[in-house]
Amino acid sequence: MEIPKSFLGYKRENGRAGTRNHVIILPVDDISNACAEAVANNIKGTIALPHSYGRLQFGADLELHFRTMIGTGKNPNVAAVIVIGIEPKWTKRIVDAIAKTGKPVEGFSIEGVGDINTIAKVSKKAQEFSMWASEKQREECPLSDLWISVKCGESDTTSGLASNPTVGNLMDKLEPYGVHLCFGETSELTGAENVCAKRGKTKEAQEKFMKTWNDYNDFILKEATDDLSESQPTAGNIAGGLTTIEEKAFGNFQKIGSCKFIDVLEPAEEPTKGKGLYFMDTSSAAAECVTLQAAGGFNIHLFPTGQGNIIGNPIEPVIKLTANPLTARTMSEHVDVDVSKILSREMNLDQAGDELIKATIRVANGRLTCAEALGHKEFVMTKLYRSA
Amino acid sequence: MASTDIIIHDEKDNVGVVVIEKITPNQDCNCWIMENDKSIKIQSKNEIPLGHKIAMIDLNEGDTILKYGHDIGKVVKSIKKGEHVHVHNVKTKKW
Repeated sequence: MEIPKSFLGYKRENGRAGTRNHVIILPVDDISNACAEAVANNIKGTIALPHSYGRLQFGADLELHFRTMIGTGKNPNVAAVIVIGIEPKWTKRIVDAIAKTGKPVEGFSIEGVGDINTIAKVSKKAQEFSMWASEKQREECPLSDLWISVKCGESDTTSGLASNPTVGNLMDKLEPYGVHLCFGETSELTGAENVCAKRGKTKEAQEKFMKTWNDYNDFILKEATDDLSESQPTAGNIAGGLTTIEEKAFGNFQKIGSCKFIDVLEPAEEPTKGKGLYFMDTSSAAAECVTLQAAGGFNIHLFPTGQGNIIGNPIEPVIKLTANPLTARTMSEHVDVDVSKILSREMNLDQAGDELIKATIRVANGRLTCAEALGHKEFVMTKLYRSA
Repeated sequence: MASTDIIIHDEKDNVGVVVIEKITPNQDCNCWIMENDKSIKIQSKNEIPLGHKIAMIDLNEGDTILKYGHDIGKVVKSIKKGEHVHVHNVKTKKW
């Protein structure tokens, strides 16, 4: 198949391109959710991104909170941003960082004003942003404007056999066109860590990966009780035939094809070393991982599933594929691309990779994913430790 | 091409994955090795559902399970060729 050289995206002020055109109402903290949701309810064409944290955090955990908030606002799938926090200082820090992209952004704080007056004030600005964004048109953008993140979930052995290698096939085919690519799931590379480290393009990247993996593994061993074997693999993984974390890890690892990674990113960190594949340090919980990748600037996501994970994200469209014929049949409303014919050998990986590329371009052009049509908007902050 | 009941990732692997809805005891199964495109046969001993693994050789306690050509865990209860391989007879070496 000839690879399409472009897609129809929204060109942003900073030179990036979006596959979506969202106006987001971003609460800085948990107690500003109500206000953000009220505004999104008032003003059509906006979405609120409620979450559970943002108060009394400190150190690396607070920095990650800011990175996630700011990165979400900067994502090119977002046309304009309203930030609402209880206090002005943290709100302003987020607004100022997002403003560097050149996109419209404005912050509001609730303290001393109250919810009702804040909602009235913010709604006026949100209406202006929504109507402004509604005039944006899709334009032809080079394929290299795609930043593709990947993460698998509710995996089973069909993931490692077929749906993950399909993503790997897509990566191998699209990497030469200058796309950005990102995989994560530090904990779920356990057992395959040494093989994965060898995929680092430089010695520096390899060492950074091993340090990241070792730190995560030490943390897991420190906190582990005897229930870890029920979390990793999950009951769903085990029902699907996966026996150990090592088996899950080698299946997971198939998603990067034969690509090599340039650098290891902190959670929610934006890549800065140019086109190609990056590893991001993330948990293996689907919504946490995709939220971090979206905050890193990725604008379209590929999500292979075995037993049928149903995750979506509010700003980054999540394309789901499965090779499990039972899942494809019983959960068809969640499956964008069915590659189960690989198992019966009626389809090969090359063909499956082509199908996934076609689906990716259609979604980049604006076709809703199953998760979008079903209203999945899981926005989940990663928290490193307790607040002060 | 005969229908494939079991797929094996790598020639070195000592387990294969059932890719039909289930295999029944004493079924003569067609296996396809992805790595070298070879076909082999095996007779099952248990019923094994889609996605679950079958032992391609006899395995003793302490043996390493190889899949993708790599170590994915250790045998904790001996397994005969053709038997179901899963959490009841294999454990992680990691956690």
